[in-house]
Amino acid sequence: MNLYEYQGKELFAQYRIPIPKGKLAVNRSDAVGYALQAGFPVVVKAQVLTGGRGKSGGIKVVKNEAELDRAVDDVFSLRIKGFAVEKVLIEEGVNIDKEIYMSILTNRATEKITLIACGQGGMDIEEVAKKDAAAVLKMDIDPLIGLRSHHFLKLFRHLEISDQSVIYQMKHIAGKMYEMFNELYLSLVEINPLIITSGKRVLALDSKTVIDDNGFPFLKEMERFANQDDKNRDEIDAKNANLSFVALDGDIGCIVNGAGLAMATMDMIKHFGGDPANFLDIGGSSNPDKVVNALKIITRNPRVKAILFNIFGGITRCDDVAKGIKEALLKSPISLPIVIRLTGTNQSEGVEILKGLKLPATSSMQEAVKMAVEKCGGVK
Amino acid sequence: MSILLDKKTRVLVQGITGRDGSFHTKMMMEYGTKVIAGVTPGKGGQKMNGVPVFDTVSDAMEMKPDAACIFVPPAFAVDALWESVEAGIKLITVITEGIPTLEMMKVKNHIKGRGITIIGPNCPGIITPGEAKIGILPGSIFKKGNVGVISRSGTLTYEVVYALTEKGIGQSTVIGIGGDPIIGSRFLDLLEKFKNDKKTDSVVIIGEIGGNDEIEAAQFIKEELKKPACAFIAGKSAPAGKKMGHAGAIISGSSDTAQAKIEALLGMGIPVAALPQDVAGLLK
Repeated sequence: MNLYEYQGKELFAQYRIPIPKGKLAVNRSDAVGYALQAGFPVVVKAQVLTGGRGKSGGIKVVKNEAELDRAVDDVFSLRIKGFAVEKVLIEEGVNIDKEIYMSILTNRATEKITLIACGQGGMDIEEVAKKDAAAVLKMDIDPLIGLRSHHFLKLFRHLEISDQSVIYQMKHIAGKMYEMFNELYLSLVEINPLIITSGKRVLALDSKTVIDDNGFPFLKEMERFANQDDKNRDEIDAKNANLSFVALDGDIGCIVNGAGLAMATMDMIKHFGGDPANFLDIGGSSNPDKVVNALKIITRNPRVKAILFNIFGGITRCDDVAKGIKEALLKSPISLPIVIRLTGTNQSEGVEILKGLKLPATSSMQEAVKMAVEKCGGVK
Repeated sequence: MSILLDKKTRVLVQGITGRDGSFHTKMMMEYGTKVIAGVTPGKGGQKMNGVPVFDTVSDAMEMKPDAACIFVPPAFAVDALWESVEAGIKLITVITEGIPTLEMMKVKNHIKGRGITIIGPNCPGIITPGEAKIGILPGSIFKKGNVGVISRSGTLTYEVVYALTEKGIGQSTVIGIGGDPIIGSRFLDLLEKFKNDKKTDSVVIIGEIGGNDEIEAAQFIKEELKKPACAFIAGKSAPAGKKMGHAGAIISGSSDTAQAKIEALLGMGIPVAALPQDVAGLLK
């Protein structure tokens, strides 16, 4: 789960990672008021859950009062990669002597925690690495060993930092980032840029924080960040119903058991010239309620012209899925065409239930997918 | 024996008294798996399907288990895993979904070089058709034979295997390695085992978006496996940056898309099926 910059900075403050003074504003007049309190120069920063904010004009440095209203208006009017700006962070301006990049992340390739640092901060780190790989330090840390003195030595040597006061501050910051990464089950904590001011203060000017979704349920104190990703209403409802759901643009509503099979179903729909309306995995357990909830979410999408079930029973029992379909249809009839594929555990019991509803079921995935595509305009 | 598991393998089930644990213990035993002990803290001394239950794994070691299968909810699954690792069990399969990546990373770094194999987490398990299975795979769709299958998915594996079995193509061992970003055994670890397995003549890998393991696997298949192989990759139509059900199934760059993986496999001369059931045709 992604956090906003201001939320990441809340965590920074909690971990005593220094940040510029700032305040979150949710409307234009508050933003102007906070900026006047902060004094000039002041920075207006759009809060959106996407990168490339600076390039889109989402960060404005305001030098005086005359420019303020216009700058606040401009930032609030932006749409950044489809995201409306609903909140801005008003921050004191700081003078920058040097910009550094630093992040700590889960490295699935090396199966270690990786610390990445670069003397060229404030830029897209992947672009820097492409041009000059040696400019970027990537240091693997064994989670059972932790961040140790020799790692710091390598870090400061790479960044060519020799000022003792700066070393002291950076060591504190890197150590706290590592602590936070471990305690809060993060998959990424990134500061870009981490700046050194002309007065030799080290400050986190930005923050990007991603929490591991599997770690999140274990962290009671993080609950306040729940359900805030860039999800639409369907995605939030699906999550509450324990369904894995991703909204897509097409017209075939998909209900599948298993993530891999759900992806393969979408791929097959495309293969035969159709377009899936969603990814939906009802998961492994047998619970008719899941099917009822899945149908509720899918049928309220006005684009959906047909519904495709693809069930390969293992842990999931075909008769439970059929019961769920029956229950949903009894509650509110569905006029859209429904195509059902049932194979595996308790297949014949499931097919029997569906017969009672006059819904035919096939045992072939390919046949079912083709039928669904035909209902929506035909097989290519 | 085939890789990992046969009918002589003595299996311990952690979480044996739970809903999933008890049901699948029964299914495993019906298939032919030698389940010799179960563990549920506080339930020591009871019996489950005739299998003695112990409070801890170390108590259960008197039954000399070769392998453990974990059906424990996420909040306790990591401890259950550490418990088996510490007790000295050499093959541990974790069915549980929802273990924090960092916790799995710690276990993985600990077991390196200790001769311990972990399968999963978030996986359907292992089956050696006609002999034994560990986990939740539906036994009836498998057939004894000479094709090794390694997959990041559950039901998609069943889909591919179902098509193989229908065409009369049997399997030596089928392993669902799990959908998490950090897993006990990756494609490469198991390809090594299939390479040396006399009962495996060819290999199928079933991958998906996220990570670079399929690309590593392609390299190994070309240079070292010396057996025919083919693949299926799910997620060609998946949007970037969205997690597709599995914690590890997320496109975060340009090298972890389905297209990039398919190109890498084809580039190494490994055929890739357009549809799951086409895998069977590529093996003939």
